[in-house]
Formats: sequence, C-alpha cells, structure tokens
Amino acid sequence: MKLLADSSAIVDICGLRKVYAGKPPVVAVEGIDLSVRDGEIYGLLGPNGAGKTTTISIATTRAVPSAGTVQIAGIDVVRSPALARRSIGVVPQYNTLDRACTAEENIQFHCLFFGMSRVEARVRTAQLLDQFRLTDKAKAYPAALSGGLAQRLQIARAIAHRPRVLFLDEPSAGLDPQSRLAMWDSVRSLRAEGITVMLTTHYMEEADELCDRLAIIDHGKILVEDTPAALKASIGGEKIVDLKLSTPDSAGHLAGRLNAVEGVTGVESTADGVRVLARSEDGIIERIVNASAGFGVRDLATTEPTLETVFIKMTGRELRE
Amino acid sequence: MSTATPAMGRRMSYTRAFLGLMVRDLYVLRREIWPFAIRVGMNPLLFLFVFTYIMPHMSGGAALNPTAQMAGNAGANFSTVLLPGLMAVAIMFSGIAAVALPLAQEFGVTREIDDRVMCPLPIEAVAIEKIVFSALQSMIAAAVVFPLAYYVPSTPVYAHVSNWWFLAVVLVVASLLSGALGLAIGTAVNPKQIGLIFGVVVMPITFLGCVYYPWAALGSIRWLQIAVLFNPIVYMSEGLRAALTPSLGHMNEARVLAMLCFFLGLLTWLGLKGFRRRVVS
Repeated sequence: MKLLADSSAIVDICGLRKVYAGKPPVVAVEGIDLSVRDGEIYGLLGPNGAGKTTTISIATTRAVPSAGTVQIAGIDVVRSPALARRSIGVVPQYNTLDRACTAEENIQFHCLFFGMSRVEARVRTAQLLDQFRLTDKAKAYPAALSGGLAQRLQIARAIAHRPRVLFLDEPSAGLDPQSRLAMWDSVRSLRAEGITVMLTTHYMEEADELCDRLAIIDHGKILVEDTPAALKASIGGEKIVDLKLSTPDSAGHLAGRLNAVEGVTGVESTADGVRVLARSEDGIIERIVNASAGFGVRDLATTEPTLETVFIKMTGRELRE
Repeated sequence: MSTATPAMGRRMSYTRAFLGLMVRDLYVLRREIWPFAIRVGMNPLLFLFVFTYIMPHMSGGAALNPTAQMAGNAGANFSTVLLPGLMAVAIMFSGIAAVALPLAQEFGVTREIDDRVMCPLPIEAVAIEKIVFSALQSMIAAAVVFPLAYYVPSTPVYAHVSNWWFLAVVLVVASLLSGALGLAIGTAVNPKQIGLIFGVVVMPITFLGCVYYPWAALGSIRWLQIAVLFNPIVYMSEGLRAALTPSLGHMNEARVLAMLCFFLGLLTWLGLKGFRRRVVS
C-alpha cells in the first residue's frame, strides 16, 4: 500500500475507498493505490462492476471518496474540485454532446467555458476539427453524427482547453471495429500534445494496443499493475499449446512426459486435455506432438498469452462474463 | 503542455466560465426564438382574450365575476385585476419551463449536465447560472404581458406605477424566485415524472396564488386566506399588484418583499442541495 503521495505523478491515487450507502452497502472501490506518470497512457482493465468507473468518477470530481485522496497535477480533487477541473478532460461512457449546438459550437463553447477569448476559441476549434478530421461535419448537429464521429468530437472537445490528463471511460463502447481503430489513432496522437491519458476498458485488445502501463482491477481492488508485455510474460510462457485428448483421464500421465520436453515451462490440466506453456523456440511444436504420441490427441491449438490469460490466471474468471 | 489558463486567477476563471455558460444559453435561445415567443405570449394572450374581451362582450358577463364587481368599486375593472396576476403567472411558468423541464432532459436523456459540471466552476454556480438565465427569460415574459394587456381588453387597464424602484425590485426577486422554484422542482422530481408537476404543482399554485383575484378578496374564506400564505406565488402577485395597481387592495409592501426574499432563499437552498445530490455521488 502506498503511504506517501507521489508528487511526480500527474494522477496520484492513495488508499481510495468508496462505499455506496444502501441495504446492504456496496463497496465499489476498496483500497486502490496507483500513480500515472506524465505523458503515459494508463489503463484500468477489468470486467463490468470492477470499480473502474467509480475510480474515474472520483478522479474527475463526480463522486466523493469514502476514504483516500486523489491528486491531479498536485491538486486535491476533493478540496479544490473547480481548480482541478481545469486540468482534467473527460470523455464519459455515453454521449454528453450539446444537442442544441453544432459540432463546431460544441467545441467553441467549451473553449469559452474554460476562459478562452472568442478569437482563441475559433482558432482552437478549427485546429481541432482539422486534427480529428471533423471539418466537413463542423455544422452538423450531434444527432446527425455516427457513434464513431460523436466519440471523436467528444475527445476533441475534451482536450480543447489543453488539460494535463484526459480520462476516457470505456472509449470503445458502442463503436464498430473501424471506428475503434480510428479512435485508438486519435488517442495515440494525444501523446504528441503532452496529454496524459487514463482509460478504463474491459476489452483486452484495447488495453494491450494502447496502454503503456495498466492495472488489472476486480471487485474494487487492483490485482496487478505493469506494462502489457511484462504482464503477458508473467504467465511463464511465450506460447500456449492446448491439446484436446480423446481420453482426458490420461492427462496426468501426459503432463509428466511433457514436462520433460525441452522448452516447456509448465503444464496444466484442462477439462479436455492439457495446456502446455512453452518458450517460442524452433521445433517446440514438433517435440510436444512427438511427446504426446499415443495419448489420442484430437486437436491442437496454439495461442500467445493475452491479458485475458493473465486475468483468468489471477481470478479464475473470464473478462467478459 | 500547460493548460490554457495557468496564470488566470480563480475569480477570473469563475467569471469567464459563468459568462461562457450564459453566452451559450443566449445563443441557443436566439436559435429557438419562435418557440420561446409562443411560450411567453400564448398564456397571457388567451387569458386576456377570454376574460377581458369575450366575457365583457357577453351580456351580463361582468356580473359573472365577483372580483370584477370588487374592482369596479375601486374604480377599476377586471382587466386591471388580471394584469399583475397574469404577469406573476408568466414569470412562474417561465421559471418552470426554463429550468425544471430542461433539467429533467439533461439529467435523464441527454446527460448534457455531465459536461456542464466539468466547467472550472463550483457546481453550485452552474445551478445559479440556470436560475439567473431563467430570471432573464421571466422578465421578458412579464414585459410581454404589458402590450397584450394594452391592446387586447375591450375595457382599458388602469395601471399606475407610483414607485418604480419597488416594481423593479419585485420583478427581479420574483423572476429569481421562479428560477429557484424551477431548480428545486427539477432536481427533486424524477426526470421521467417531470410531466406530473404540471398537475401536481403548477396548477394548484397558480389557481391558489391570488393570480385571478386579490388576496383581500379571500377575506370571506378565512381558512384559505391563511393557507395560501405558504404559496410563494401569492407574494409575487400581491407585490406586482402593489406596484402596478395600488388603488386596489393589496398586501403590505414590506411584508411582500420580506416573504419574497425568504422564499427565494429557501427555494435556492433546496434547489442547490438537490442539484448537488443529483450531480455528485
């Protein structure tokens, strides 16, 4: 547990706890410590109900913690929420665009709210519309925009006042795969502007693709925190080979033989057969297949460890229930 | 890269954000000017048309209306009694329509409020801006009643303003009050049930708000006369009555102002509490 605030971090969360009153009371967040460094893309990966949105709500001044502190660029969000909001940009899970204003006006008014002059607002709006390829939709109303375009507009609007941190809550929700890729590109480009990004997601591909570091969160607690590569490496193998056997009872015996094969780092029993964790080496598949001769191998599948594998290993459950 | 306003003082930041919100609201109002004009014009127009044009033209129409007799005794007529009442209703309806209904939409369907409260402004100030903007609309709505009350009635309205300051203060406080009422209602009521407030809140306080009859006229129903003292609209109507048609009997001016301020404070406090409850979990 973190005892001291990390003053070099842009987002610093210490001992965060949030209990929603009720019968029975719901503990949404139970002791979360994390620090997000300047300029990085940080992810909170976890299933629905893990406490991701609650954590973001507290960090963006929309909820008050039961215990613990959150500091954004050194400002305590509970003590000085209005001041903290100057450094925060938020794209929430759902569309909060001003339906009565055009795309252009949405960004312009946002600039005015944050103290820019009319001229500055106009210039910044034109620049953002160009950057997010929304210029030809400038005069369109939000109702006429597709999900992907609306999301891009929300991101453009959220960074219009050049915040230190941008919070994205489930940015892929409701997006088709193409829009998702476009959105990922937009998020990556924010690094060039010096904007730190903190996002929540339950899609492991998103966490893997985008994040410099991520924390896996479940039941209001952080289970593990590291870079995607390090997390996947922690599985203990670079290749996972699933063997389905016609007689799964013989799995135990096969496991013993496979453990002796060079390059194999671990063997587990599964419902259908065995799962072999091995290093990526020349000839490893051949050696595994040879060692399994006579055990009635029906099917063979190879995968690489994913964040989902990490999640399953830590919790015994899948990310998407 | 630093924020756009690193050196901006707190007060400057709050002022700019507040004004920015007002600019946005004005912009949208200008875009929707015709619905606004219809909203503020329709009620007083119809009321005046029926009660001060159609009915006097009916034979024995004036006799149907006891307050018309009472007004006649004071040298005025029903149109004169109606004028301050219609202005009070215009102000009150405007507050509800400008705050409570949009809030219900913003909390419910569009969730635009989630973006609004991310302004670098205390949350309460976002709510206050809604009250202030609504007050502007209310004052326009009240002003619209004047020309209608001049042209529509078949018998002239005798309005005489002896104290312009009093009229101005009453108008401003009443307009803010209706905005605060809209905020209190909009945050207290479940967005899905906002339509109910017309039957449950707006109609009763209008009909029991001394709008179409002065408070003094309730003298014969003493229990009701006491009961309506809890209705803020009564003070709005009586205050406007004292300012515009002082020859008719009206409530004491000091009392009216005191109660208007009291209700403004109470409803603002309730509204701000409700707003915070809805917006911060």
